[in-house]
Amino acid sequence: MAVCIAVIAKENYPLYIRSVPTQGELKFHYTVHTSLDVVEEKISGVGKALADQRELYLGLLYPTEDYKVYGYVTNSKVKFVIVVDSSNTSLRDNEIRSMFRKLHNSFTDVMCNPFYNPGDPIQSKGHQTAQTHLPGNF
Amino acid sequence: MDQGSAAGTGGTLISLSDSEQRCYSGLYALCQPDSSGKLAAGKVAELFRASQLPAETLHQVTEVCGAKRLGYFGCGQFYGALKLMAAAQAGLPVRLESIAGELPLPVFVGITNELEMRYPNQPLTNESQSHILGSVTGSAPRPPADRPVLRHPDTSMDKQEVWSPPQSPGISPPRSPSAYRSYPYGAQRNGTDTLLVYEAKVPGLPSVPQENSSPSHYSLRLQPEQPVITRVASVERLVERVEVDYSDDPWRITEEQREYYTIQFRSLQPDLSALIMGTVAKNFFTKSKLPILELSHIWELSDVDKDGALTFPEFCTAFHLIVARKNGYPLPETLPATLRPGFVEAAVVTAPPSEKIGSVDLQMTSRQGVTTKQEARDESRKPEFSPKRIPEPHEKPTQHVSTLKPDSPQELDANMKSRTRPRSYSSTSIDDAMKKVEEPPTPPPRPQKTHSRASSLDLNKLFQQSGQGSRRSQHSLSAKSGWLPPPPALPPRPPATQIFSFIPGSEKSSQKVVQQPNFADFSKFREEQETSVRGGLSTEDLTPPKLDSTVVHQGHAPQKPVRRKIHPESQSATPPSATPYSAATLTKSTQRPPPKQKREIQMAIRKNRETNAVLTRLNSELQQQLKVVHRERVTLESQLELLRPVAST
Repeated sequence: MAVCIAVIAKENYPLYIRSVPTQGELKFHYTVHTSLDVVEEKISGVGKALADQRELYLGLLYPTEDYKVYGYVTNSKVKFVIVVDSSNTSLRDNEIRSMFRKLHNSFTDVMCNPFYNPGDPIQSKGHQTAQTHLPGNF
Repeated sequence: MDQGSAAGTGGTLISLSDSEQRCYSGLYALCQPDSSGKLAAGKVAELFRASQLPAETLHQVTEVCGAKRLGYFGCGQFYGALKLMAAAQAGLPVRLESIAGELPLPVFVGITNELEMRYPNQPLTNESQSHILGSVTGSAPRPPADRPVLRHPDTSMDKQEVWSPPQSPGISPPRSPSAYRSYPYGAQRNGTDTLLVYEAKVPGLPSVPQENSSPSHYSLRLQPEQPVITRVASVERLVERVEVDYSDDPWRITEEQREYYTIQFRSLQPDLSALIMGTVAKNFFTKSKLPILELSHIWELSDVDKDGALTFPEFCTAFHLIVARKNGYPLPETLPATLRPGFVEAAVVTAPPSEKIGSVDLQMTSRQGVTTKQEARDESRKPEFSPKRIPEPHEKPTQHVSTLKPDSPQELDANMKSRTRPRSYSSTSIDDAMKKVEEPPTPPPRPQKTHSRASSLDLNKLFQQSGQGSRRSQHSLSAKSGWLPPPPALPPRPPATQIFSFIPGSEKSSQKVVQQPNFADFSKFREEQETSVRGGLSTEDLTPPKLDSTVVHQGHAPQKPVRRKIHPESQSATPPSATPYSAATLTKSTQRPPPKQKREIQMAIRKNRETNAVLTRLNSELQQQLKVVHRERVTLESQLELLRPVAST
C-alpha cells in the first residue's frame, strides 16, 4: 500500500520520512520533495480565511506512472505526504483519509510529549509503531 | 549440577558462604544453563565483561577455573570463575589459593536480568544483608543449582542473626549501581529484622571494605559437617518463594515508592487529582539527568491519555520508569501491566492516595523488609532529584480495598474525560465507564410501557392459565403491586427490553423495571387492547401469542421464537439504547426467562397494535382532510363555472 510516508515541517524540511526499503528510498525522498511544490500551490490558493475554508486533506497531488502522491496539511502548516503504489487500485479516498487521520493523531502524540522540541526529527518509537500499523503499511 | 563443580576447581572444594551460594546460583541460572549444565557462552561472556575486569584477568580466570580446559562452563567452573573474579576484584591474584579464603562477592556492573530487576527496591537492604552475610555485592541469586562445594550454609544461616550484631559496625552501604544487583534471598528470609536494624546505616555511602565483616563471617563457613544438599534445597525453596514474590518488583510500585511519588507530585501540584503540565513535568524529570530521548520515551509510555499532562497515576508511572532506568533497567517498549493506569488507579484515589497505596501493595506489606528497603532506595534516589525527600515510614499497611471500587470507577471516569482523544488503554476502565454510562439511561420507560402492560395483563392471565411458576406469578404480582403511575407514554421501544430476553436473567430485572412505569400508561389502552390482547394472544399475533402460551405452558421459553418476533422490532429501535439497557439489566440480572420472553412477545404485540392504532387514526384523519379538500375543490370548480360564462360574455 503506502510505500512512503513523510512528515514535513512548516519550513519544508522533513521531520520524518519512512519508505519501503525495497525500492530506492532516494527516489521517494525526491518525490516527496517535489510534491511540496504542489502542496504549496494548493494551500496558497485560498487567500482569505485560511484554516476555515481550507480542507486539511489535499487529495491526490499528482499521479505518475508508478505511484500516486497524496497530501495533507495541518493547521500549523505541517505537511504529511503519502506515496502510494499505483498498482494498488483498491485504495479508496476514504482509506487515504483515514491513513492521514492516523498519521495526524500519532504526530499530535509526539507533539504532546514535552520532551520533544518542535522542529526536531521525530525519533519516537511510538510514532514509528503507529506508522507500521497504518493500513497495509510496510 | 553437583558433579562438575569439584572437577572444575581442580578437586579443591571451595567453600562458599551463604550469600555467595545464592549469588552464584543466581548468576548460574542467569547464564542459561542447558540440560547438561553447561552455560551459554554468550551469557557468561556478558557476565564476565560486566565484572569490569581486564580481559587478561578474565582469561586467567577462565583458565584457572578449568573452563578453558573443558571448553565450556559447567557449574563448577562457573562458580570457580565467579570466585576468582571476586578475588580479582578484591585485588588478589587469580589463583586457586586465593579463593580458598573469604572473599566478597564479585561485582557485576550492568547485568540486567530479571532477578536484578526484581529487586530495584532493595538495593541497600541487600547491601546491609550482604554485610550481614559477609558478602558485598553480587548478582541476584536464582533458583540455584545444587552446589556440591557449598558449605556450611546451615551454619552460616544459623549464625546470621547471631553474627549480625557484631557485623553491624562493619556494614558499609553499597555502591549504588551495584546495589540493586545484590539481592541475596537471605535478606528476605532472615533479614527483615536485621535489615531494619541496619536500615539506618545503609544510606548511600561509598563502598567500604566489607572484608572487615566478611572474614568473621567467612570463618564460619570453614566449619563443615552440615548437610550441604539439604541446606541447598531449603535455600532453593526459599529462593524460589522469594523470587515469586519479587516477580513483579521492577515494575510494581511499592508503597514506599508511592509515598515518595506522592510527595513529589504534591511539590509540583498540590492537588493530587489535578494534572501536571507537560513543561512542569519536563523540568522536573530533566533533573534526573537522563537523556532526553529516554525521557521522551518514558513520557510516551506514561502519558496514556496523550493529553500532554500527567495525572497522578501517570506521574507515578513516569517517575517509576525513571527510577528504574536510573538503576539500570532497560526501558520497556510498552507499559508493563503493573504500571498501567488501570492498575495504578486501582490503588490510587483522587482523594488522599496514601489510603490506596496499601491496597496495591498488600502483597508487599507482608514483607517488611521491602518497605525498609524502599526507604533506603528512596534515599538513594534522593540525591539524584534535588527535591527533598521525606521518607515516610511505612505506616499505612492494608487499606480499604472496598473503597477501591467506588474510587476506581471515578478515577477511570475522570481518565476517560481527561482524554482528549479516546484511547482504550484499559479494558476495565472502559467497561466501568461504559457501565456507568449505561446505567443512567436505564430508566427510560419507553419499552417498559408495553412490557408492563403486557406483563401485567398477560402474565396474570398466563399465570392463571398455566398455573405455572408460582414464583413467576408472585413476581408478576409483586411487580404489579410495585408499579407506580408511569410517566407519560413514550414511543414504544420493544427492542431494548426485548433484546434483554436474549440474556436470561437480565430479562426479569428489565421487565420488572419496565413494568413499573408503564403500567398506568397502558391502563387506558388496556381496556381496548385487553380484549384484543386476550384474543390476540391466541389469535391475532400469530406466533408470539402461541409461543407465549406454549412458553407458559411448557415453562421453558424458547429463545428462538421470541427472538424472531423481537428482531423486526428491535431493528427499528435504536441500538444504543438497547445496549445500555442490556448492560443495565445485566447488572441487575435475575432469573425467570420464560415469563420474560412471554412478556416481551406480548409487549411486541402491544407495540404493533399501538402502531396500528396510531396509523389507522392517522389514516382516518388524512381521509377526512382529503374529503374536506375535495369539497373545497368542488366548490371552487363550481364557482369557476359560474364565472366563466360571465367572463366569456
